Amino acid sequence: MNTMNPAVTSEADMPEETIAPVDEDKPAETLVEEGKTVGDPFSENPKFKLRNVEVFYGQDRAIKNISLDIGRNEVIAFIGPSGCGKSTFLRCLNRMNDSIDICRVKGQLSIDDHDIYDPKRDVVELRARVGMVFQKPNPFPKSIYDNVAYGPRIHGLANRKSDLDEIVENSLRKAGLWDEVKDRLDAVATGMSGGQQQRLCIARAIAVSPEVILMDEPCSALDPIATAKVEELISEMSESYTIVIVTHSMQQAARVSHRTAYFHLGHLVEVNETTKVFTAPEHELTESYITGRFG
Amino acid sequence: MPTKKDDVYGDHISHKFNDELMELKTEFLKMGGMVETQVDRAIHALVDNDGHLADEVRAGDKKVDQMEMDIDEEATLIIARRQPTARDLRLVISVIKMVADLERVGDEAKKIAKFAIKLNEEGQAPRGYVEVRHIGNHVLSMLHDALDAFARLDAEQALRIMKEDKRVDEEYQAATRTLLTFMMEDTRNISRCMSVMWVLRALERVGDHACNIAENVIFMVKGEDVRHTPVEEAEKVVGR
Repeated sequence: MNTMNPAVTSEADMPEETIAPVDEDKPAETLVEEGKTVGDPFSENPKFKLRNVEVFYGQDRAIKNISLDIGRNEVIAFIGPSGCGKSTFLRCLNRMNDSIDICRVKGQLSIDDHDIYDPKRDVVELRARVGMVFQKPNPFPKSIYDNVAYGPRIHGLANRKSDLDEIVENSLRKAGLWDEVKDRLDAVATGMSGGQQQRLCIARAIAVSPEVILMDEPCSALDPIATAKVEELISEMSESYTIVIVTHSMQQAARVSHRTAYFHLGHLVEVNETTKVFTAPEHELTESYITGRFG
Repeated sequence: MPTKKDDVYGDHISHKFNDELMELKTEFLKMGGMVETQVDRAIHALVDNDGHLADEVRAGDKKVDQMEMDIDEEATLIIARRQPTARDLRLVISVIKMVADLERVGDEAKKIAKFAIKLNEEGQAPRGYVEVRHIGNHVLSMLHDALDAFARLDAEQALRIMKEDKRVDEEYQAATRTLLTFMMEDTRNISRCMSVMWVLRALERVGDHACNIAENVIFMVKGEDVRHTPVEEAEKVVGR
């Protein structure tokens, strides 16, 4: 269970889609072979090594035998129709699923060759390393400064006020927000625009120096200009972080990611270079989904 | 789920998108038919000494140009409105490129018509006309087959056209040698033979454009770019 960790948000933000029952009767199911992913799901020296992952909500199997590597400094996009399991799978990466009582995760999941689901693992430390940004911006009802400073304070990353000031400024700069807020750091964060709030959440995640940032539809509540700014930020951040993004916008996946993974009814159908997925996908289901034939 | 080949652009959730892609395809084929007729009539104007027909071909090129602009506009609007991906994207991109090829074929027809008028005014010049008729028929059938391959998304047929282009090049070389012999035989033939040479050159270009269209059809169907690659490579792509 997560304590107040600024790198992740509160559990109240769980999207409902992942708990939706999986429809086994769809004819498309016949086109997928369990545990078989076309394309290029593996890489050398990956950040995340995920093998035979299965996730259950009670009796429902939401993730079916998925194996995938996520590379270092890679931006990988998870796409697929609602209820396909992409958010569930994303939340396995920093054990956000722990907070759902009926949820069970099976398989081998490791970050830097260390087991993510090791019972002895400090989950708060894990979530500081693997930060998360959610669909709806969720700043704390505190000042802009305090939002960003919260994480470094509780993790003891700054001993002096000047160190903390530096972390706050750097994080806000990296999130492309510094120039907009430097004169009103004491203002309440909830008074900012939606796009600014989301970038503040990104700054808050960055402040604890994570290695990975998980993004669950980070732009779906934002206008096109705010979306463009967040996307620009993702490109810049990819130099320093591994980024996993779940998105319903295929154009967004095409714009920001290096690799794209297509999920369907709990299966990982295809993983390929993004350019390939959007010009000549290998799997018929991927093609049908991205061209708007179902979804 | 697409099952039949001709349904591949017609099963989107958005019926309007289906209609737009179908319209794009239909308009492209219409332009293809128009250009085929232009080349056919230009060859007839030449070998039948029909100046009137040649004038009609020259005038007809304006319609071809207009169609090129209309199709480009339609394709641009589809990109703006739909942001097509995968096979839809390949269709739209290929059409934009192939339309340029068709327009150039139209220009070649106009060029042939211009020489038809010139040769007609200079009097009967039957030398080289056999070659014109022969290469003309050959490239016309290539163009027709390329459009047919596009309509049926037939990569194998497109590959055959790519192979055919080599034969056209050989025929063109042979025809050039024949005309050179005529010119050497009698220097008074030079001017007219040069005109026929330009016509042959135009026809050879038509074959090249048909080949370009075929390459784009392979890209549409297989998702791999086979331009500037040896035919053997294209063969592997089509065989996959």
